[in-house]
Amino acid sequence: MAGLGAPALSVRHLSKRFGDQIAFDDVCFEVELGEVFGFLGPNGAGKTTTVRTLGTLLAPTSGSATVAGLPLTPDNSAQIRRRIAIMPESPGLYLRLSVLENLRCFADLYEIPDPAGRIEHALRAVNLAGRAQDVCGALSKGMRQRVALARALLADPQVLFLDEPTSGLDPVAAREVHALIDGLRRRGVTVFLTTHRLQEAERQCDRVAILNTTLRMIGRPGELRERLFGRTLTVRTAGSLDDPGRVFAGLPGVRGWRPEGTAGYVVEVSEPEMAAPAVTRALVAAGADVLSISRTRHSLEDVYLELIDQDEPGSPT
Amino acid sequence: MTVSRRRVRAITRKELHEYRRNAAVVLAMAILPLVFLIQPLIQVFTLPPSAATALRHEHALLYMLAVPVLVPAVLAAYAVVGERLQGTLEPVIATPISREELLLGKALAAFIPSIAVAYGVFALFVAIVEIFAQPVVASAFIRGPELLAQLLFTPPLAAWSIWVGIAVSARASDPRTAGQLALLLSLPTVAITTLVAFGVVPATLPTALVLGAVLLLLDLLGWRAASAVVDRERLVTDAT
Ligand SMILES: Nc1ncnc2c1ncn2[C@@H]1O[C@H](COP(=O)(O)OP(=O)(O)O)[C@@H](O)[C@H]1O
Ligand SMILES: [Mg+2]
Repeated sequence: MAGLGAPALSVRHLSKRFGDQIAFDDVCFEVELGEVFGFLGPNGAGKTTTVRTLGTLLAPTSGSATVAGLPLTPDNSAQIRRRIAIMPESPGLYLRLSVLENLRCFADLYEIPDPAGRIEHALRAVNLAGRAQDVCGALSKGMRQRVALARALLADPQVLFLDEPTSGLDPVAAREVHALIDGLRRRGVTVFLTTHRLQEAERQCDRVAILNTTLRMIGRPGELRERLFGRTLTVRTAGSLDDPGRVFAGLPGVRGWRPEGTAGYVVEVSEPEMAAPAVTRALVAAGADVLSISRTRHSLEDVYLELIDQDEPGSPT
Repeated sequence: MTVSRRRVRAITRKELHEYRRNAAVVLAMAILPLVFLIQPLIQVFTLPPSAATALRHEHALLYMLAVPVLVPAVLAAYAVVGERLQGTLEPVIATPISREELLLGKALAAFIPSIAVAYGVFALFVAIVEIFAQPVVASAFIRGPELLAQLLFTPPLAAWSIWVGIAVSARASDPRTAGQLALLLSLPTVAITTLVAFGVVPATLPTALVLGAVLLLLDLLGWRAASAVVDRERLVTDAT
């Protein structure tokens, strides 16, 4: 077992290249025990490669990591695989075999004592208790995904990697998978969830890392929004200001401004709470009729699109 | 490095389940041996008894050694590439299984039915000949030492084909190419058994010993080569 308080995953400057192709570069993060950690990025961002690298299927090109309390080294790889489970992007079930036969095979591969009991338990956890005898080829996509999840739960892993668990599922099936992930969180399972769906990351995860080859940002979903876009005020006045430059210039915490519409201004600030009163006073002093002044609301989607569009990570100026 | 029998058995059992439910595999396993049964049977039943004594240099039984060469080659060729294409290999190698365990499990799964089919075909041949052929012809075709050689050579021949098949499969990009390549690479072995069967290479005890020794050596090298080729990173790298 990982020691108390030790992170479930700790990744330091990890990189993976395939020849000239960089899959992910200089990635650093930590995942606490019991956390549901989202790894969000567009296709080709390096999410699957990260999972495979942490799961010992690929050797990193450089950097280091500890996985479930063990340093990620070739010598430790079998031991690491005993402590984790990966649900890959495609379920990879043996379609000619029954659900039970599939799970039985993996229970043996993990050398699980009392396989029958564990299998039953795992099937109940994914609401498939009655389907043990079904041939996997006859199951719907969503059910296959659940069987794959049951397979990943068999060995009671310390860290569970879910690689795009809802991609290709219809909304109903996706919601079922989300409910299962919520269940895992309640049971205290550490989950590393990759997704290219923003809403999934926002709703399912305690913290989210945004990846596009390099790591762009890490934080709670709300924080991410704050950190990138929470720093503007939107000002609406009854008429346009005569000399907005003079009004906004030199105010404490104001870094710049741009007009928006005929009588609107977006003011960039360092701390909205501090800058808003000063901006308001300056507007009043300038004789403007202030209709509203508000912190700009952005969806996480804006944050996300902005981040993955940037060639280099960095703070907005 | 200890090999877990439970893991090896899990792989073997799962493969056998899959073979059984794969019509193409079952058909190939049924047809291929029959092809090699027909030719010797025609020989037996078209041969006039008077010519039987002149048959000392032909070894119809040994001709059928092609069965334990070709059947496992086809099975093993599918073993890695087929799974990789279906994406079923990644979850397996994400478990604590070692490369040796995976390889042994797959090899055993090809070995068991191949040996069963080969021995079955031999037994069928012997039974048909003993029951239906003229006694002179029967005794010309079925001779003790040959039968023994047949039984002894079958397992190492099958093993060699399996290592070749798995090595090919681990590098191939689709099962059909893998199957064809594995068959092609098994042809030299079939050529040798055929040359012995037709008396070009004398079927004597020294020949048997030399060929046997060579075969065992090849089996050892084959196991090494196959486990070098079946590398975790490569198995996952080309997938999806
Ligand atoms: N085996 C491989 N060989 C070469 N390039 C690869 C390989 N696997 C992934 N890549 C490349 O690495 C990048 C990241 O891929 P991947 O990890 O699959 O991204 P994601 O899962 O985020 O969609 C992509 O550009 C992909 O083409
Ligand atoms: Mg992916």
